[in-house]
Amino acid sequence: MSTTTLEAVTRGRVRRNRRRHTVLTALGIAVAAIFAVSLMVGQTFYPPGDVLRVILGETVPGASFTVGELRLPRAVLALVTGLCFGIGGVTFQTMLRNPLASPDIIGISSAAGAAAAFAIIVLSLDETGVSIFAIVAALGVALLIYLLSFKDGVAGTRLVLIGIGIAAMLNSATSYILNQAGQWDLQAATRWLNGSLNGSTWDETVPVLLALLVFGPILLAQARNLTMLQLGDDTAAALGTRLERTRLVSIVAAVGLIAFATSATGPIAFVAFLAGPIAARLVGPGGSLLIPSALVGSLLVLVADFIGQFAFDTRFPVGVITGVLGAPYLIFLLVRTNRAGGSL
Amino acid sequence: MTQLDTPSGPDVALLRRPARVRLAWLLVVVAVLVAVMLASVAFGSRIVGFDDITAAFGGANDTLDQAAVVKRIPRTILAVLVGAALGLSGAVMQGVTRNPLADPGILGVNMGAMLAIAVAMTTIGLSTATQYIWVAIAGAAVATVFVYGVGSLGRGGATPLKIALAGAATSAALASLVVAVVLPRGDVAENFQSWQVGGVGGASWESIGNVLPFLIAGLVICLLCARPLNSLALGDDLAAGLGERVALIRATAALGAVVLCGAATAIAGPIAFVGLIVPHMCRLLVGLDHRWLLPFATLTGAVLLTFADVIGRVVNRPDEIEAGIITALIGAPFFISIVRRQKVREL
Repeated sequence: MSTTTLEAVTRGRVRRNRRRHTVLTALGIAVAAIFAVSLMVGQTFYPPGDVLRVILGETVPGASFTVGELRLPRAVLALVTGLCFGIGGVTFQTMLRNPLASPDIIGISSAAGAAAAFAIIVLSLDETGVSIFAIVAALGVALLIYLLSFKDGVAGTRLVLIGIGIAAMLNSATSYILNQAGQWDLQAATRWLNGSLNGSTWDETVPVLLALLVFGPILLAQARNLTMLQLGDDTAAALGTRLERTRLVSIVAAVGLIAFATSATGPIAFVAFLAGPIAARLVGPGGSLLIPSALVGSLLVLVADFIGQFAFDTRFPVGVITGVLGAPYLIFLLVRTNRAGGSL
Repeated sequence: MTQLDTPSGPDVALLRRPARVRLAWLLVVVAVLVAVMLASVAFGSRIVGFDDITAAFGGANDTLDQAAVVKRIPRTILAVLVGAALGLSGAVMQGVTRNPLADPGILGVNMGAMLAIAVAMTTIGLSTATQYIWVAIAGAAVATVFVYGVGSLGRGGATPLKIALAGAATSAALASLVVAVVLPRGDVAENFQSWQVGGVGGASWESIGNVLPFLIAGLVICLLCARPLNSLALGDDLAAGLGERVALIRATAALGAVVLCGAATAIAGPIAFVGLIVPHMCRLLVGLDHRWLLPFATLTGAVLLTFADVIGRVVNRPDEIEAGIITALIGAPFFISIVRRQKVREL
């Protein structure tokens, strides 16, 4: 009896591992493919050879500027912000055990966006200053939301609702900042309220890349503890997880990722919210969702940006596309949880 | 009923305050409304003298200052009308859904109206204001039914949490769609600011005239529902036992609220939180009786939006802040405090 149980458990684990590896490989290939396509396709098509030579630093007439200065920073920024939003979002969702508690719904992305808009438009800071400003504001708002929802312990539902209120306020603040500067136009507004990759440069891309290299590994080191937290605080503590330390480190690192990414592109709508649940669907139960979500996040941003640029007569900013794609999923998630009678 | 008159907890408003108190508050609210209306005409991004104000009321339009005052008069009237409509429709929605978080902005009703207008402008080229209003009301109605439908699925029916979440999700979805619809059309997109942030800056007598019949119709429908809404507050079963036709009351009252906030949105853009704050304040002033609550919400809504508009014009001269931004900045903390007061199980 015990051997057959053991065999069943082992078989299950092997099967889950195989599925996980297959999904991760497929996601990786998909991200690489769409990344390559977005470097080649545009007003003019450049063959893979030309693109590769530009990346290796050779001078190719025409392609050097178009690919090297326009498409490459944009594609890299899409890739990197996607990774940041994906990891940051799923960290919050896992930690708070609630898919709705993602930073773009509870106002943390809005905080980073409002702070970045303020730092750029009103204070005219440089990229580093903007990012630092954004991360401080986002951490402050995260703390504020936590404190406001604290009343005999933090309830997930209360936190989500309070976050929605905070987000409404911060979006108004963003509108106000844009208004004040007399810079209200469609491009600026959509960038800071929906997120856009238009006009990406290396100056914006590099800080996000550095943030990913610093905060990404910190979160990956917490992956095991985060998975434990999903079992509930008491169980996690009994299994040897240091709750407060895990939470503190994860919040700071996740907010860091979100804030740096947001200060470069604006809060790209719903990517942080969508990446986690989609990744969970794909890889199935068990195991950490950090890496799958990161890949799903960057796949979403790359694909949405590609669609936004080329699928229609008008060029739509990436945030409009992810918003139109993501919002129905949010409603679907609500309908499904309500039907099942779950407590969200 | 007498034992219901005593509050059973610190947050429970009185069923009905004594007549003396209610009348006193009525006088106070009317006086405050007159005061903010005068302030709205007197203060603005341009500082004008008292003589110019009186001259402008007399019909003079000679100097720049007098012209500014003349422009402020329709703006004040519009702020009063839109604020009254939003306050009343918020009170009715909270009554119909028995949900303390109901508000045309939070429920996504405003964005439904916005999207309907955006689609109508870009596809079939609607241009007259009267047509907008019909389209806006239709959009608002569809959004209301949708949000209420999504929010009331599953166990426990339409709980405040589920409704608020469904509304926030729907708002976000519709806001993205509005941008997607408006963006390709430069001519429509020029007005984008008022599409995203509500305000009463663009008021004219003509636009007020267009929207007025709808507002009056909505007002009459809503006020007629005041008595049945009192029965509804006791719960569906008890209301049916008292001989009320529950579904009919719901539908009529919701129609009135939708007409009000659809028309208000068509003329002033999406203004959130007025409909949320006002009924809560009024309950503290006059108690839970809808026959008093609804007229009070109308007056207080007018006060709040006019006040927000004046503040937006004065705090940062010579720039103006849209009234919708001010109401969100005042309203969101209020929303948070209501959420904090609810017990988790009731969410």
